[in-house]
Amino acid sequence: MALSATTRPDSTRPAKKRDDTRLALLFIAPALIGFLVFMVWPTLRGIYLSFTKFNLLTPPEFNGLDNYVRMVQDPVFWNSMRVTVYYVFVNIVLQTAIALVIAVMMQRLTRRTWLRGAVLTPYLVSNVVAAMVFLWILDYQLGIGNTVIAALGLDRIPFLSSDAWVIPTIAAINVWRHVGYTALLIFAGLQTIPETMYEAGRMDGASEPRMFRSITVPLLRPVLGLVLIITVVGSFQVFDTVAIATRGGPVDSSRVLQYYIYDVAFGRFQFGYASAMSVALLLVLVIITFVQYRVTRADSSDLN
Amino acid sequence: MTRRLLAAAAALTLTLLTACGGAGTGGRDGTIEYWLWDSGQQPGYQKCADAFQHQNPGLRINISQYGWDSYWSKLTSGFIADTAPDVFTDHLARFAQYVDLKVLRPLDDLGPTSDIQDGDYQQGLAELWKGQDGKRYGAPKDWDTVALFYDKAALTAAGVDPAQLQNLSWNPQDGGTFEKLVAHLTIDSNGVRGDEPGFDKTRVKTHGLASEGAGGGGWGQTQWSAFAASAGWQVTDKNPWGTHFNLDQPALQDTLTWYFGLKDKGYLPTYAEIGGSNSIGTDKQIQSGIAAMGISGSWMISTFSKLTDANGNKLDIAIAPTPIGPTGKRASMFNGLADSVTTLSKQPENAAKWVKFMSGEQCQDLIGQSGVVFPARPRATDLAIAYNKTERQLDVTPFTNQVRDKTTFLFPVTTNAADITALLQPRLDAVYIGSKPVSSLTGLNNQLNDLFKVAQ
Repeated sequence: MALSATTRPDSTRPAKKRDDTRLALLFIAPALIGFLVFMVWPTLRGIYLSFTKFNLLTPPEFNGLDNYVRMVQDPVFWNSMRVTVYYVFVNIVLQTAIALVIAVMMQRLTRRTWLRGAVLTPYLVSNVVAAMVFLWILDYQLGIGNTVIAALGLDRIPFLSSDAWVIPTIAAINVWRHVGYTALLIFAGLQTIPETMYEAGRMDGASEPRMFRSITVPLLRPVLGLVLIITVVGSFQVFDTVAIATRGGPVDSSRVLQYYIYDVAFGRFQFGYASAMSVALLLVLVIITFVQYRVTRADSSDLN
Repeated sequence: MTRRLLAAAAALTLTLLTACGGAGTGGRDGTIEYWLWDSGQQPGYQKCADAFQHQNPGLRINISQYGWDSYWSKLTSGFIADTAPDVFTDHLARFAQYVDLKVLRPLDDLGPTSDIQDGDYQQGLAELWKGQDGKRYGAPKDWDTVALFYDKAALTAAGVDPAQLQNLSWNPQDGGTFEKLVAHLTIDSNGVRGDEPGFDKTRVKTHGLASEGAGGGGWGQTQWSAFAASAGWQVTDKNPWGTHFNLDQPALQDTLTWYFGLKDKGYLPTYAEIGGSNSIGTDKQIQSGIAAMGISGSWMISTFSKLTDANGNKLDIAIAPTPIGPTGKRASMFNGLADSVTTLSKQPENAAKWVKFMSGEQCQDLIGQSGVVFPARPRATDLAIAYNKTERQLDVTPFTNQVRDKTTFLFPVTTNAADITALLQPRLDAVYIGSKPVSSLTGLNNQLNDLFKVAQ
């Protein structure tokens, strides 16, 4: 090759190859710089800060494992971990189940674009606005929700001010907002299942529920796996709805981990301890994502 | 995505906010940036600013107002990102933390404010703003106490003579004449009063006493502090800068057992009824008829005087003093605001001039005549009393008599205030809701005491 390259009159080809690399780097650069500056560096710095006592205004003081020792002994931290997991469970189960039904209905029942678009509309509302609106709707005294309940002759429900109702309510608010988006992702997955599968199913006399169980769900597994990873990671980071609607109350029953971290950092200026809890959350998410990836085998499909 | 969180928690704030620093509000060219949170006070202080600018032609005052919640987070990010104002309205619950964070300038070190005299202000107010180092970090601007606001119509309907409210007393055993009145003013959905047979405490239409929550955010200022103090209780061993807490004492625990017990009798709204963490205040509860009367602060006078019913008719609101307690005396928390100069100010001497002006006679008189708060100087306080009497036909002496009769106690000033609130608020909410007994506060008290052993 080397010989032929030197003997070849047109020797620009190898140079062109080097050009490609440079061009590629140029295209990657914006994303890479953003990734390094806004993702990698803050993560590393956050991990460093978790070993310090830091109030943002005076330089950080190294204090070893103090923050982690405190975290292990902090009952509020463990409670917020429990509350977060409870929230994620309710949120994900509801959201995935409803989104799957909506997606299947979008594919099997209607072809209308506007109807498919309408499903996505709650997602266009910002989290904060959604929380504010539901805060008013669900208000114990004045909310239209409770007014309707009272008009039906039932007892008013303290949706956001009782420890039993608060997490399911916040989970439901976020399901309302995110279900359309999740449905759309699943819908995209459904489009990859060949129509011939369903034709074959119909030939064998299978009912719609049976085809859903035996064709749709198994073939959707990789997409569903990825959707679950995205939604679970997002769900663990619930913050805005809690900050607006309950501020962690009543008592600690909606004090999710993100809100506790925020409170410790920006309310109490303990950025070292807040960073330590953030690192703990990072670890939890890494482990969960890894396990999910393996369990759902999201990297392989049964289609081939 | 957790990376996003870490970014937010640690470095993003630093990088992004400092990046915006160039466009920040740090006053330049003789413009002094001044922040306050009470929109009601802005017109008064604008008058002060106009007078100040007239006297100091080279200087300009730019007043910004932000609501209570966003005020403190904006200020915090301002300190981090160098966009904090030159001068801001400071609260006793926050200033100790800011002194620790070294973001306040000692006023003694600045020319114009170095000669502020404690004696010029209502007794005890100026001393509260001295740090543990003995230096002054705030110039007194106003003060507040608490009292009972009531709807005259509710009293007339109940056949109660308003004069009776001037001499109410209470005790933690049977609640005294105060609880009798509260019971009588409570009405269930069938129109049966709280002290009548057949009263249904589960379906109450109007509660005798409004609730402003459990009081974990400000030591029960507008909830139970007046009762606990009139039973002889104090929050800490000494004030300011106490390091030992008294939440384990029977005087407090008996008071709270009685106070939150009113909720179980239907006389006080429940946590759910007032909207949980996003609770509505005494003013809204009286306005909407959920409550007949309630404890609130003197900073709410103008709000109460403007309340209207659903048809837009003005409500007839009047004020009565807090009831006399087991010690034979009334009590009210005595809290005050002050103006502080930040270390970020690039023109501290000019900032101090403005602070001095606001704590001086001319500005305080202007504030007194606007009738929104009680200014820190005694003469200006009298002007505020007169304003309420003539312009609003409102007798506000239930607030001022507490100061005259020396029945006030000062807002507890401590270090670690943010940590104390973080511990106190959920635990008191739990007692209010009823999921934890009052005796659980003994454990909380040990936690609070430990804060001062560990954190220092």
